[in-house]
Amino acid sequence: MPEAAIEIKGVWKRLGTKEVLRGVDLAVQRGESVVIIGRSGTGKSVLLKHVVGLMDPDKGSVCVNGMDVPSLGAVELLNLRRQMGMLFQGGALFDSLSIGDNIGLPLREHTKMPEAQVELVVQEKLRLVGLEGAADMRPSNLSGGMKKRAALARALALNPKVMLYDEPTTGLDPITADLINRLIRRLQERLGIASIAVTHDMRSAYHIADHIAMLHEGRIHAVGTPAEIQATRDPVVRQFIEGSSEGPLLPT
Amino acid sequence: MDEIIVERLGSRWPYRVLLKLLQDAGEVIILMGEVIRGIPSGFKRFPLVVQQMLLIGVGSMPLAMIVALFTGAVAAVQASYQFRDYVPMIYLGTVIGKSVVIELGPVLTALVVGGRVGASIAAELGTMRVTEQIDAMETMGISSVRYLVVPRFLAASLMLPVLTIFADIVAIFGGFLVSVFTLDVSAHTFTSGLRLYFHMRDVFSGLIKAFFFGNIIAMMGCYYGLRSEGGAQGVGLATTQAVVASCLLILIVDYLLASFLFRVLFA
Repeated sequence: MPEAAIEIKGVWKRLGTKEVLRGVDLAVQRGESVVIIGRSGTGKSVLLKHVVGLMDPDKGSVCVNGMDVPSLGAVELLNLRRQMGMLFQGGALFDSLSIGDNIGLPLREHTKMPEAQVELVVQEKLRLVGLEGAADMRPSNLSGGMKKRAALARALALNPKVMLYDEPTTGLDPITADLINRLIRRLQERLGIASIAVTHDMRSAYHIADHIAMLHEGRIHAVGTPAEIQATRDPVVRQFIEGSSEGPLLPT
Repeated sequence: MDEIIVERLGSRWPYRVLLKLLQDAGEVIILMGEVIRGIPSGFKRFPLVVQQMLLIGVGSMPLAMIVALFTGAVAAVQASYQFRDYVPMIYLGTVIGKSVVIELGPVLTALVVGGRVGASIAAELGTMRVTEQIDAMETMGISSVRYLVVPRFLAASLMLPVLTIFADIVAIFGGFLVSVFTLDVSAHTFTSGLRLYFHMRDVFSGLIKAFFFGNIIAMMGCYYGLRSEGGAQGVGLATTQAVVASCLLILIVDYLLASFLFRVLFA
């Protein structure tokens, strides 16, 4: 069996007094798109941060492209991260830079690309997310949806092999959300990018996932293809995907 | 095991405060180490350093100069009051020159710039931290220490001595104006006194202090900014802590450097 792009084994993480992750196992193959669903506060974003090495597990291992992320030194980690892109919940665009400079920053920092070519790549990435002509705008002048698309363009600047999406469609209008979903799907199909997306948006999950995993009480409660998840009889998963306030999951 | 001892000790307040202090000090030293290792990369990103030099140095100029002008003025008033009937007024220029160059120029400049720049660095980096911009930067494989901290550190360390030179000149000029126009001291008496016992090493000692004050201001702003958490309130707290810590450290380091420079180096 080929080596998985992302392999998470028995990860435990405690934040403050709460055990957020309690033995998470998850593998993502090359070119595969996995969506993690789960209620707010179950540690979905925390899990993503483990994959990029922004957090280290208390127990367990996280491997990306065969490299054990927590044991990497600072330089190796920075090198590994150049092969990864992450879309943050709020976009996390650098507000001291224009949109074009945001997208150009990783190129200018990590490649010896001539300036004219950087401009071309910036234009190309902006076109990809449907934001032509926004290069000179400031992040503070963009709407939430535009910020997210600009952030996606930035995450794609270095043509990553692994993409992580933290709530890619939350807070977007349905049309923009669909644009993002199609884009994520296209990237994965054309470029064979392995990806993990964290979302509450079931429409988006069905659209972009090869597999859906539900994080519940610090563990992966269920994994399946979108069809399997839709057909499941598991009461926890059923309640979540139907969005009902009645069932084993109590409103918090 | 160690953790249990630390936790148990840490529950009593004097230990808790001490542990917190040691932890902060340790973290600042680690950050300082990373910054020093990153200094060569700062010269590669020189435009970022220049940008910060403009913000920290040129931006602080009006405030620092107004403070310096009045510092010199008040030094003249106070010194002449103390001198009256006891000390010849020729020493007015001497005492103003020396106190400004050695102490008042570097320290007061550092305190006001520390308030202005330390707060702005902490607020900027703190906002970047809570809006995940720092995480995004690290995720792109760009070191936040090298990209954000090193340029600020270099800029503050270079610009504080420059500001201090201007502050020294303006403060002495302020003292001169007050002496000549309100204290009946002739311009010649003042300038002769200024030249009396004037040593270049006094100026240099002030500039050496200013360099270290620049280090402190940038380090405190960056340290508290980078570790802020929890939204607007966290950023506010980080800003306050950065200013308080840099003011305290400026005064403590001022004492230590004064002891070293005047009791050991120039003794």
